[in-house]
Amino acid sequence: MRKIYMDHTAGAPVDRRVVSAMHPFLEATYGNPSSAHSFAQEAKEGLKDARSSVASLIRAEESEEIFFTSCATESNNWAIRGFAARNHDKGRHIITTTIEHMSVINVCKHLTKQGFKISYLPVDKHGIVDLKALETELTDETILVSIMYANGEIGTIEPIKEASEIVHARNACLHVDATAAIGQFPIDVRKAGADLMTLSSNEIGGPKGVGALYSKKGTRLQPLIFGGGQERGMRSGTENVPGIVGMGKAASLTNLEIGDRITKLKRMRDRLIKGLLSNIPYSFLNGHPSQRLPNNVAVRFSFIEGESMLLNLDMAGVAASSGSACTAKTLEPSHVLRAIGLKHEEAHGSLLFTLGTQNAEEDVDYVVDLLPDIVKRLRALSPLTPKELTGSV
Amino acid sequence: MKVYVDYASSTPVDPKVVKAMQPFFSTVYGNASSMSSFGVDAKKALEESRATIARFMNAETNELIFTGSATEANNLALKGHAFEQGRTNCHIAISTIEHSCTLNSAKWLEKQGFRITYLPVDKHGLLDMNILEDMLEDNVTLVSVIHGSNEIGTIQPLEEIAKICCKHNALLHTDAVQSFGRLPIDVKHIGIDLMTINAHKLYGPKGVGALYITKNCKIQPLIHGGGHEFGLRSGTENIPGVVGFAKAVELREEEMEHEAECLTFLRDKLMRGVLEIEESYLTGHPTKRLPNNASFRFSYIEGEAVVLDLDIEGIAASSGSACSSKTGEPSHVLMALGLKPDEARGSLRLSLGKYNTLEEIEYIIQTLPKVVKRLRALSPIEPKPKIRPQTGKIKSA
Repeated sequence: MRKIYMDHTAGAPVDRRVVSAMHPFLEATYGNPSSAHSFAQEAKEGLKDARSSVASLIRAEESEEIFFTSCATESNNWAIRGFAARNHDKGRHIITTTIEHMSVINVCKHLTKQGFKISYLPVDKHGIVDLKALETELTDETILVSIMYANGEIGTIEPIKEASEIVHARNACLHVDATAAIGQFPIDVRKAGADLMTLSSNEIGGPKGVGALYSKKGTRLQPLIFGGGQERGMRSGTENVPGIVGMGKAASLTNLEIGDRITKLKRMRDRLIKGLLSNIPYSFLNGHPSQRLPNNVAVRFSFIEGESMLLNLDMAGVAASSGSACTAKTLEPSHVLRAIGLKHEEAHGSLLFTLGTQNAEEDVDYVVDLLPDIVKRLRALSPLTPKELTGSV
Repeated sequence: MKVYVDYASSTPVDPKVVKAMQPFFSTVYGNASSMSSFGVDAKKALEESRATIARFMNAETNELIFTGSATEANNLALKGHAFEQGRTNCHIAISTIEHSCTLNSAKWLEKQGFRITYLPVDKHGLLDMNILEDMLEDNVTLVSVIHGSNEIGTIQPLEEIAKICCKHNALLHTDAVQSFGRLPIDVKHIGIDLMTINAHKLYGPKGVGALYITKNCKIQPLIHGGGHEFGLRSGTENIPGVVGFAKAVELREEEMEHEAECLTFLRDKLMRGVLEIEESYLTGHPTKRLPNNASFRFSYIEGEAVVLDLDIEGIAASSGSACSSKTGEPSHVLMALGLKPDEARGSLRLSLGKYNTLEEIEYIIQTLPKVVKRLRALSPIEPKPKIRPQTGKIKSA
C-alpha cells in the first residue's frame, strides 16, 4: 500500500545527511565534552560547530546565546520558569496567549500556584493575537510575555515584531516559542525582538531528543536543571553530543535550503487547500489564509468527526492528525480551535495535514482524490448531515 | 597507542545499539502520541523499550519514565519529592559524596526553604549506618544515596540502607548511573523507591536517562506540557534514544556478568601496578567498589596535570568527575573522605570498560610512573622528609 506521511509537525524523518553527521559521534567521538582529554576535545568541537550553526540559522549575535536542551518542551519550561524565578523581584505578572502549546500553558498554570498572575491574550478568528489586548494587559508588574511565532495546529504566523515593540516599550521581556516556525520561514531573532526563543531540532530535519533555547545576552534566567554546570552553568547534564551535532547539521542545511523548501512546501500546501476546499462542500480552512506556515493545511468539515476521518485516511495509507499530537490523548476539542471561536462540533471536524519536503505533488493529488469520498461516506452515516447532502450519496 | 579509560564519564555506543537506533531516525519517525500507524509504530517501540529496561531491574513497566539525562532524573527525584511534600513536611537527607547534580539540586532546594541534611561517610566513602539511623529519627522523608560512586567507586550497602529507611518511613532514592548494568540491581528486593539510570554509561547513546518510581510514590513533574510519561515528564519522546537505551540494557543482560569478572581482573592488576608508585594511594573502598573503577591520588602533584600528560601519551583519563572538572575546586567527594585540599587535588580516576585490553592496562602501568615522576620533578611542593611507601595513611608535607 502507498504510504503518505503528512504529520510532519508531530514528528519528522531525520535528514539522511544529518544521520551521517551524527554517526561518528556515537561510535568514535564518544568522549564526554567535560573531560580534559583529547577524546573530549573532539566532542567539544562538535558542540561548538553545532552551536554556531544554530545561532546563524536565527541570526543570533553570538553562538553563546544558544543553549541546548533535551526538547522544545524543556526549553519552554526553562524559559518561563527560569525567567520567573530570576525576575520575580520586579513583578509577578506573565502574559501569554490562548493558543500556546501545552508546555507553555501548563508551566503558566504551575506558576499560578507559586503566586504568579497569568493573563491570556485572545486571538481573532484566524488565530492572530490581539495586540490591543497586549497593550492593555501590560502593567508595571509584567515581567514576561510569551507568544508563539507560529501555531502548528492552525498554521497562523503571529506578528512577533509588533508584539516585541509593545512589550519592550513597557520594559518587559518577550519569549517566543518558535518550535513550529523554525525552518518554515527565515527567522532573524534580533529583528523579531525576542529575548528568549525556543527552537526544536526535529522540525528542521534533526533528531528528536534535542532542542535549544536562545537567550539574548543579558537576559536574567535561572537554570531549571542543576548539576555539573554544563552549557555554561545554565543547563546541567552530559551534553547529547550526537543529537546536538545532528541539530547543528540540520540547521546548516536549513540555512542553505530554506528558500527551495518554502517554495516547494507552499506549492503543495496551496494545491492541497484548493483541492480539498473546492471538492468538498461545507469545508473550511482553519487559521489565517495568508499569514500561514508553508507546511500547514488545517481544514475542517461540517457534520463529521476528525478522528473518524483520520482512521479512514490511515487505512488508506495517509498519516495526518486531528490537531496537536500532544493533545491527541484527550478527546476534548483542542484549546486552540476553541480559542479561534469554533463551536464544539466544528472543532471536532478538524483535520491537520503538515507537509514535508519528502512529500510530492502526487501525494497531494492522492489525498485530494481520496478525502472527498471518505467525507461523503462518513457524512452519509452521520445524524448531523443535512438531507440535501446525504441525498447525493 | 590510544587508550580510553574514562568509561565513567561516557562510553562509546555499541555498534549493535547504533544499528537498533538507525531505523528510528529516518524510517519510523512518527510521534508516539499520534494516532496514525506511524505514531503507533513509535509508541510500540517506546513501550517495548520501557518494558525491557524495567524487567532488567525487576520493576513494573509503568514504574519507569524516560528523561533527557540522568542529571534531569536526579533533579526530578529530589525536586519532585520536595514539591509533592511541601516545605513544611519535606526533609531530604543526601550523602556528602553525591554527584553534583544531586548535591546542587539539594542546595537549590535549601535556598528555597526546604530542609536538607547531609549524611557523612567514612574514609572509604561508606555511609555510617548508625549516623544514618540517628538522623532518620528527625522525620526525614527522602534519603538520596549514590549507589556506586562515580569518583571513587565505593558501593553503598543499599539493602541495609533501604531497611533503615523503611523502618523510619523515609523513601530511598539512589543514583545508580555508575552501577546499573555493571552490577545486578533488583529494585523490589532491595527496596528502592526511586532510582536514576542512564544510557551513555552502558554503551548506549547520550541524551537519554530514566527514573524508576515505585508505585504509590508521588512526585511532581519538573517539565510540564503534553503529559507524556504518565504526566511526569512532558516532551516528545526521544524514540531513537530510548530504543538505543533498551538495546544497551539488553546487551548488558548478556555481557554484564562476564564483563564484571574481566574488569575486576584488569582493575586489580591496574591497582597493584599503579600503587607501586611512591606515595600513591587508592581512594575509595579497597574491596566494595565498582568493578571498573580504579581511583588514586598522588602526593605533591595535581591530578589535572597528570590527566593532560597522560593524554599526550595517548591515555584518556580523568581527575574525578567529568562534571566537576571545570571548577578547579578540589572534589567535594574527596574532601568528604577527610582528605586535605592538596591531597584531593592529586586525584586520578581510571575507569575501565569492555573494550579495554590487558595490553592497554600494561601500557598504563608502564606510562603512569614516568608521568608522575616527571611532574614531581617540576612540582614546587617538596616531599620533606622523604617518606618510603608504606601501608596506612601518610600525610603530605
